[in-house]
Amino acid sequence: MTNDLYYREEILEHWQNPLNFGVIKNADLVIEQVNPLCGDEVTFYFKFKDGKIDSVKFSGSGCAISIASASILSENIRNKKVSALSKITGEDVLKLLGGPVAPARLKCAFLALEALRQVQG
Amino acid sequence: MKDNRLDFPILSKKVNGKQIAYLDSAATSQKPKQVIDAISAYYRNNNANVHRGIHTLSVEATEAYEGARKKIADFVGVKDPTEIVFVRNATEAINLVAYSWGRLNISKGDEIVVTVAEHHSNFVPWQQLALENGAVLKIVPILDDGILDEEAFEEAITSKTKIVSFFHVSNVLGTINDVKRQVKIVRGKRPETRILIDGAQAVPHMAVDISKIGCDFYVFTGHKMLGPTGIGVLWGRRELLERMPPFMFGGEMISKVEFNKSSWNELPWKFEAGTPDIAGAVGLGVAADYLNKIGMENVREHEIELVDYAIKKLSKIENVEIFGSLDSKKRGGVVAFNVDGIHAHDVASILDEEGIAIRSGHHCAQPLMDYLRIKSAARASFYIYNTRADVDRLVGGIEKVKKVFKL
Repeated sequence: MTNDLYYREEILEHWQNPLNFGVIKNADLVIEQVNPLCGDEVTFYFKFKDGKIDSVKFSGSGCAISIASASILSENIRNKKVSALSKITGEDVLKLLGGPVAPARLKCAFLALEALRQVQG
Repeated sequence: MKDNRLDFPILSKKVNGKQIAYLDSAATSQKPKQVIDAISAYYRNNNANVHRGIHTLSVEATEAYEGARKKIADFVGVKDPTEIVFVRNATEAINLVAYSWGRLNISKGDEIVVTVAEHHSNFVPWQQLALENGAVLKIVPILDDGILDEEAFEEAITSKTKIVSFFHVSNVLGTINDVKRQVKIVRGKRPETRILIDGAQAVPHMAVDISKIGCDFYVFTGHKMLGPTGIGVLWGRRELLERMPPFMFGGEMISKVEFNKSSWNELPWKFEAGTPDIAGAVGLGVAADYLNKIGMENVREHEIELVDYAIKKLSKIENVEIFGSLDSKKRGGVVAFNVDGIHAHDVASILDEEGIAIRSGHHCAQPLMDYLRIKSAARASFYIYNTRADVDRLVGGIEKVKKVFKL
């Protein structure tokens, strides 16, 4: 079964109460990413300090997998070097989510990652 | 209706350990073994290129291909089979008209009218044509229950309206347009305005007699009506098709080729450049035979019954919102819905665990999604092989979705 994620309390918790959900006014960088599968959009807001991610927030609507993924990723990258963003792989994201994702839903799981990849280190 | 599930080999397949409940026929229908066998038999016994060879196989292939054209013409009430152009799908049929007729007839300031509930295939080609030629794309709204706003429709048609292109049956809301009446509305305002009707969701599910509708172009696709993928149909009035330039150039579509000029073949071959999907046409012809045997009135009746049952069951589930009219007489075999607060993709994933196949997302109708102020929707769609048991499985699946998401 590749839907294990739905049965993880942690994932549902991130979906119901996503971390870093919101908008940063006067953000240093705003990135929008669209999921071509469903048209869902996620927007990431960044504040940088000394080459590090000082704060990050995201907004948008999406499925449980894309929201949980954005929530977990945003928490994971806080205070990390901007240059480290490009090194995050799909496998890293799946590890953070805690399990495999059905092939048809990988685009949902990687929506936030695709947004982060647009950040130039 | 007689149980025909045994004709569909794929329906005995198990998905995630459960027998499949296929509720996604509006995306593509499953194929009966009669169609699958006909395609195989064509390749085994009659395969050759059409309209070229003198040899026996080529004659057989040509007869099979043109025989299929005649069957399809009969199926939709077209008297002259040479007005039936085989294309890849409904999308290609609309693009053919937008490129060939559109580029010849639409210029700056002209108006093109569509509705807000079009599939992208009947929206983007016109939007792009308008952008290219400086024309105006007018988008007619629908009423709350998904029915076309005919007042706004009539108002949208002016002395500048060159073409009106709209759906027969909505792929999301299931709304059945009274196309005959709507054609009259257009003719009453401006008789020379061309009318294209997108019948992709109509021809598979109800009796359609194009000769009685009064439109200028009508398009549909084979794979949604038990036929194979890769074969679709454009019907156009002979006098219009004759005046339209070819859409693609190459073999088959020419009459004579010289160093500096060429002339075009007769209809419909002028629009069928290159080797066509012969086996696809043969398969589609057999699909039409299969549907004729059931009777399109019976197909429609069966879907009305299933939609009635599905609406009754789904509206009893708390947190489920159904989109469009609740009157099964006004809608095709399509029920779009959302489970409150849960994304349609999550709904579809949980249903898939139970072997239930539905569509989720924007259904290639993003303008409609925006209009309904939703991001996505789940959609169950029915066909001749679906039963009340499939609806019951769907209902059980939705209860599981609510449980998983603690709703």
